[in-house]
Amino acid sequence: MPEVRIRPAVKVSAPRPAPSAASADPSMIEIEDLTLHYGTKPALKGISMSIPKNKVTAFIGPSGCGKTTLLRCLNRMNDLIDGVRIEGRIRIGGREIHDGSLDVIDLRKRVGMVFQKSNPFPKSIYDNVAYGPRILGAGSRVDLDATVERSLGAAALWDEVRDRLHESALRLSGGQQQRLCIARAIAVEPEVLLMDEPCSALDPIATARIEELMEELKARYTIVVVTHNMQQAARASDVTGFLLLGELVEFGETATIFTTPRDRRTEDYITGRFG
Amino acid sequence: MSGIVVSFCAGSVLLALIPLGFILFFALRQGLPALGWAFFTQMPRPVGEPGGGMANAIAGTLILVGLASLIAVPIGVVSGIYLSEYRKSLLSTAARFSADVLNGVPSIVIGLFAYSVAVLPFRRFTAAAGGLALGIMMIPLIVRTTEELLNLVPETLRDGALALGATRARAVATVILPAALPGIVTGVLVALARIAGETAPLLFTAFNNRYWSARLDQPISSLTVQVYTYAISPYDDWHRQAWAGATVLIGAVLLCSLLARLATRRLERMHRP
Repeated sequence: MPEVRIRPAVKVSAPRPAPSAASADPSMIEIEDLTLHYGTKPALKGISMSIPKNKVTAFIGPSGCGKTTLLRCLNRMNDLIDGVRIEGRIRIGGREIHDGSLDVIDLRKRVGMVFQKSNPFPKSIYDNVAYGPRILGAGSRVDLDATVERSLGAAALWDEVRDRLHESALRLSGGQQQRLCIARAIAVEPEVLLMDEPCSALDPIATARIEELMEELKARYTIVVVTHNMQQAARASDVTGFLLLGELVEFGETATIFTTPRDRRTEDYITGRFG
Repeated sequence: MSGIVVSFCAGSVLLALIPLGFILFFALRQGLPALGWAFFTQMPRPVGEPGGGMANAIAGTLILVGLASLIAVPIGVVSGIYLSEYRKSLLSTAARFSADVLNGVPSIVIGLFAYSVAVLPFRRFTAAAGGLALGIMMIPLIVRTTEELLNLVPETLRDGALALGATRARAVATVILPAALPGIVTGVLVALARIAGETAPLLFTAFNNRYWSARLDQPISSLTVQVYTYAISPYDDWHRQAWAGATVLIGAVLLCSLLARLATRRLERMHRP
């Protein structure tokens, strides 16, 4: 069964400077005039932004504003949905991801993803983490063991599971499962880590651990996180984008967005007037 | 008011269970006395000689059912995967409809079909033809259970595999199919129990054989056909043997259901907390 590829019609437009959050930081992801339609319904309208390297970037906004859709554009997970049409450009590490010559499998190796609901495979803890490396043709058993240990370590899970690596991953608690999913995503050494509301099903303690983890992981990875929780965006992110009805209303330093938003709608949202 | 409803429902359940109770009672009362070790190990004896067993028929049923599984399990599981992966394709819709129709075709008609394609051309009743008939009956059962169980696997697992760079085929083979496996195994065992009790499709395909035979190109005996043959005979000895055969059949079906439960539970323990 071949991977279904949707090659979007790339609209040629004069390049215009994308709003950059912190122009001093080198950018990892450049989005230019991105528009996405589900059938005839527009879900993202002309989004342009520049996501800085080795920072945590948060997308906030009310339900249905397109933040998850935007996130899923970055590893082309929207390709799987029927009737999706994408226009515009996304460059990750300087490379256009809708380029016909780009292998989507290769893209997903470079851009890992953690989902809203933790989704460990019904396999052992070890096999979950080893899944990605095995797809890429893992080396020797020794290498694989080392990768599994390193990834679980980086996800702050190694000490809790080192003695039961071959037990079912489904026996872990919700917070542990989500950290396992993070370990699984970073086992293939991606450059970018996408997180889709990674804490929405977790209690405050497990949430705090994931947020700590994001802080540690950003040294090695560029993290983009979708969150419903404004406190989380304020606490855990460096840069924030506020989306409303498929438009990027405001994008900038988290501190600025939360203290002196430029747009009235952003202010209304973060002060809890709607959403 | 709710008391009346509850007692009405409970009464209906009891009514539904009465036939099962009677069947078990009669089969066991008539069958158990004739059932002994010899029944499983010995060959049928000629009329008038007491004793003997159905060793050949029991082995025959196992061979026929095994043959049917060899045909139906690969075709059924692979088709089920296709139906679940390409839910809306024209081929899927057509295949789903065909499976449902095939499931409703009377078993004697399927026997007739196997007779015309696998018996007539060779001018001989064969175990292979019997296996074919049972296999055809089994395919739609396995296709639909496989499809339904795969549909139950959460999409988030697929997304997880794809996001790690798996191809669609790899995601199915390494994540989705294993997650549905306990259910599929149960489905196969239930289908086995169902076809093990079929008589009509065997009457003019595998036919019957008074002697021990494990050859696929020869007629072969089966429990159901043997029970049928004995039951319509005028001899008391044979009637007793028929009841014993029926008891063994019921036992085998029960065993299948139990195995299905056990298999599911064991596999689930690996897959669930």
